[in-house]
Amino acid sequence: MPHCAPCAWRAGGVSPPVRDARGGSQPGANAPGSPIAPVRLLAVLVASAILSQSLAIVRAGADIHEQIAETQAKVVKIYGAGGLRALEAYQTGFLISAEGHVLTAWSHVLDSAVVTVTLDDGRRFESKLVGADSELELAVLKFDGSDLPHFDLSSLAAAEAGTRVLAYSNLFGVAAGNEPVSVQRGVVAARIPLSARRGIFESRFQGPVYILDAVTNNPGAAGGPVTNLAGELIAMLGKELKSAESNLWLNYAMPIDPLAPAVTRILAGAAEPLTAQTPTSKSSDGLDPRDLGIVLVPDVVQRTPAYVDEVRPNSPAARAGLLRGDLILFVDGQLVPSVKVLCELLAKAEHAASFKLTVLRDGNTVELTVQTPPLPSAERAG
Amino acid sequence: MTVGRAMTYDRGVLVALLGIVAAASATAVSAEPDVPAAVLQAQADRVATIARARNSVVAIFGSRGSEGGSGIVISRDGYALTNFHVVVGTGAAMKSGLPDGRLYDTVIVGVDPTGDVALVKLLGRDDFHAAELGDSDTARPGDWVFAMGNPFLLATDFQPSVSYGIVSGVHRYQYPAGSFLEYTDCLQIDAAINPGNSGGPLFDSAGRLIGVNGRASFEKRGRVNVGVAYAISINQIKNFLGCLRGGRIVDHATLGARLATDADGTVRVAEILEECDARRRGLHHQDELVRFAGRSIRTVNEFKNVLGIIPAGWRVPIAYRRGGEIHEALVRLESVHAEAELWKQLADRPRSSDDIATIPEAVVPYYEKRTGYANFYFNRENQDRVFRALAASGSFDQLAGPWTITGQVEAGGQITLRLKQAEAACRLPMGESMLSEEEDLTAALDSAGDGGLLLAMHLWRKLLVAGSAGFDDLYYYGTWPLSHEGAMADVLVAQLARVECQFAFDSRDGRVATLELSTEASGDSCRVEFAEPQEVDGRWLPGRVTLHRGDRAVGSYKLEQFSFDPSRAEGE
Repeated sequence: MPHCAPCAWRAGGVSPPVRDARGGSQPGANAPGSPIAPVRLLAVLVASAILSQSLAIVRAGADIHEQIAETQAKVVKIYGAGGLRALEAYQTGFLISAEGHVLTAWSHVLDSAVVTVTLDDGRRFESKLVGADSELELAVLKFDGSDLPHFDLSSLAAAEAGTRVLAYSNLFGVAAGNEPVSVQRGVVAARIPLSARRGIFESRFQGPVYILDAVTNNPGAAGGPVTNLAGELIAMLGKELKSAESNLWLNYAMPIDPLAPAVTRILAGAAEPLTAQTPTSKSSDGLDPRDLGIVLVPDVVQRTPAYVDEVRPNSPAARAGLLRGDLILFVDGQLVPSVKVLCELLAKAEHAASFKLTVLRDGNTVELTVQTPPLPSAERAG
Repeated sequence: MTVGRAMTYDRGVLVALLGIVAAASATAVSAEPDVPAAVLQAQADRVATIARARNSVVAIFGSRGSEGGSGIVISRDGYALTNFHVVVGTGAAMKSGLPDGRLYDTVIVGVDPTGDVALVKLLGRDDFHAAELGDSDTARPGDWVFAMGNPFLLATDFQPSVSYGIVSGVHRYQYPAGSFLEYTDCLQIDAAINPGNSGGPLFDSAGRLIGVNGRASFEKRGRVNVGVAYAISINQIKNFLGCLRGGRIVDHATLGARLATDADGTVRVAEILEECDARRRGLHHQDELVRFAGRSIRTVNEFKNVLGIIPAGWRVPIAYRRGGEIHEALVRLESVHAEAELWKQLADRPRSSDDIATIPEAVVPYYEKRTGYANFYFNRENQDRVFRALAASGSFDQLAGPWTITGQVEAGGQITLRLKQAEAACRLPMGESMLSEEEDLTAALDSAGDGGLLLAMHLWRKLLVAGSAGFDDLYYYGTWPLSHEGAMADVLVAQLARVECQFAFDSRDGRVATLELSTEASGDSCRVEFAEPQEVDGRWLPGRVTLHRGDRAVGSYKLEQFSFDPSRAEGE
């Protein structure tokens, strides 16, 4: 597996340690090391945090293993889209109902016709997307289950800097089938706003987040639960992000308390399901992007993102403020995964009405209101 | 910044920081009287455990110093474990630093390229601190563990680094690179593992060795710890240790079958070789594998995990379901690699330093280069050890003349065996058979008359009388379990003409316990078990031999009379 590497040390040009005549050891030359002292300092601070944190586990008693096993049974492995370079086709989620509701991170993995959920006991289910919150970057999946162990979102535990935590995830896809997900231990270092980016894009989620002292946000870890030592849910691991300031990879989790209301809304059906609707045939009087003055990028792949290639002057789109280069994310709250879906949604839109477009522009989401033109009285030209 | 300048600077900073931490923890303890006594006790215990465990931790350096890793001493006389990929870098001779501040010449012993394990031996003392071996199968997610070693080759003063963490997962399967460096049934930990930690110990919270740290998930964050590392389980290494001690390049096993998960989730035989022991023991295409080597099999990964901890050549019990019925069998596992492919793993090392000219003088007496072995010196040493133990049952080298053995056939009738140096004869109720080394011995193996018994007894006598000189080739295999719940047996493999003969020795008395014959042309081996020892003129000899073909016992013979004729010249 490419991500796994043996960890011998090989370096060129370093001499062996030699013993001097007095019997003491004298390094013949140089241990390669990190030349940056602050990194060392950080390591030592982290080490001391680990020492203090280990005490609590002692206090937590002998049943920590059972508690870990109980929590692992609530965590699921999610498989969907991806598989390209640096885009893993898997992530993590956790059960929030006995009937098979799964909370996870909103990511490219879910952008697939089939999203498979594998339970701790190895059972596999196809799930459907119940809904997502693009600001909080969370999603709720559902599969047909019953009597499943799950976290209760109505009773949440608080955490603060210094809280010892356990993070569960299927990082690197290590666990398959009935193999329990990985568990890591750490300490909440801080609760702060998130200032991060992924690639060149700023993170849409702005926090607050818990910064953790353990390396928790590895590939595939997004959507994993973070609990305190009593097994109570505290947070959800986020996607891999780099700090906007330091450019270092972040280890963080999204506190569950601000997420829970959004989940409740989604479960109550207040938010429209974001699933791509079953394509319907275009009604003769439906809208076409061209009717709005939108020229999209050529629809060349199965899921061409709905990027705006051009906006016709004086068109409804231009009046709404749509710009060339915008990426259309939602139409009236409905997810737009592709040019194809956008056309389908518009085909069902009504004339002489208005709808909301959510677009991504320079890393920010922008809400636009588009006034649709009246039904044309004559045949469209061309 | 050059590495050279970084070194002194770094060490200064490190020492200073360690001082700060030490001072800070001392302050913290005294300034926080409300810390429960149990917690302080746990901390003190941990400190004491680490102080004890560290004495066995080795910092391994190659002779050029540009490579290296970590290791762990497991015996008073200096045997130490490390990773195969560490010794590939260092070559046959290396230097090992221990926390006593001394550097010991170290020689390669045996390697397992598939499992990424190497056994080395530190020279010069017989009172090294040895780590206590634990039981890795009892590890559970959440267990506290600590890793020690030489990350980034920092331990220029040979004082190991320690990192603390928990078990993140057990029975993990990590795919190999090609067919080597496969981590099966391994422990996943979140203690920091960095380049240079390779080959170092993973201890449980009581300081028992439960694994050898060997690999980590390094990806976009670079070659540094990401909280995901893997240790080869000590239970796997225990299985291979006997073979490693024999200086061999040890191979992993194959069942001869490929398993796949069915749509209904059962693990079934998707393909099986026509000529493999599993096939001969009755395993068929589409059979559901239920148990393998004592463990239940529910997924293909579970199968791969168990298969990966067993050396080629062992027999393991399996259970499979066909048509609702469970069948059980004892199956011999075969080598997964061709010899040449396996040997290449060691021969192809980038800067081979096993040229005898470059090996330090102190190591030269302990190193013997031979194709197919990591270090034949240790194979020879183990052969000698096995023969010494065998000699305790009596001296046979003066009995080079013909032997006559008579006894009773269990099924009724008499048996008479006449064994000479290069020929033998046998009389049984059903008829007579003869063999001569002038002729094709493989025919004697498939002899319809005696079922291979005569050839087995002939080769048994040869081993007792002539030792390794009686065979075309002989090597020490290592150990395998004598019975599948039982003790380990030393095994010698001898070749004569085209017959391979495997002698397994009872560890309690050093005598031959089983002898197994096979030829290159596959087919069921002929196995003879020796039992009911009796003393004849100060020599211990078997009172009963039982003959097995495949999984069937085909004959049992009570041996009553042994007569040796030392007066007649050999070869008559």
